[in-house]
Amino acid sequence: MKSIAILQFPGTNCDLDTKYAFEKLGCKSQIVWHKERTIPKDTDLVVIAGGFSYGDYLRAGAIAKFSPIMSAVIEYANGGGKVLGICNGFQILTEVGLLEGALKRNINLHFISKFQTLKVVNNSNSFLQKCKKDEILNIPIAHADGNYYIDDIGYRELKENGQILLQYSNAKGEREVVNGSIDSIAGICNKNKNVFGLMPHPERAMELILGSSDGVKMLEGLIE
Amino acid sequence: MKAVVNIFLKEGVLDPQGKAIHHALDAMNFEGVEDVRMGKQIVLKLSTTSKEKALAEVEKMAQEILANTVIEDYTIEIVE
Repeated sequence: MKSIAILQFPGTNCDLDTKYAFEKLGCKSQIVWHKERTIPKDTDLVVIAGGFSYGDYLRAGAIAKFSPIMSAVIEYANGGGKVLGICNGFQILTEVGLLEGALKRNINLHFISKFQTLKVVNNSNSFLQKCKKDEILNIPIAHADGNYYIDDIGYRELKENGQILLQYSNAKGEREVVNGSIDSIAGICNKNKNVFGLMPHPERAMELILGSSDGVKMLEGLIE
Repeated sequence: MKAVVNIFLKEGVLDPQGKAIHHALDAMNFEGVEDVRMGKQIVLKLSTTSKEKALAEVEKMAQEILANTVIEDYTIEIVE
């Protein structure tokens, strides 16, 4: 049985949904408070759940990066461990430098909360291995700061290394401007493909009765 | 001693808030506004009396947390 460690900061609010999602997939999961200094032994995946750590003060994710647990996460990731950051978790991963780029205020300045279609850009990674390339997924988004920015050189590298995971698109797979992200990027991974970040919430798409179960095959890839 | 840190999005990084303010100013018929950038200001009260020490310390703070240098530039002003 796979063991999932889900980080909780003051202001995290998707930790229980995330726990539910992984338990539904048959994993053992535990919430880890940000003041802990170590990742639980035998953890197979660290998830930084969504929310508003430290109220998004200064910048989303800026203060969380100095929480004690983050040094352990950096060490875990640098040792090849798998890390997934969802929404605020993605913002935290860019702030600590485990993922490239940064997330700015949405271009229309609105908090956007809705179901959004996404296109799978690269599936040669453990996160999206269960999805087909160009497959369209329907996953909720809920953020004010999801406008992904990276400079030209960084963007070219992401593209060449297959690090762009997901793009905002319409149901036909045509790119859509949702929050102003460069190339409509919704999710990326690091060069080693063991650290993943995305603004959409797969843990909120686990039940057809709640609108979509497309999150299942995303999270399943990580625990294979 | 006080240090004033001003943080702005880098030139070339689109500033959605600045743009919204610019639109509002246009709509209010204020003429001649060519560009609006919005930033934030952080004022620090420091115990040191050495200007150099203050500057070096605040520079470190700006690099490590106050600004995200992927998208932001900053200026530091030491006020006696």
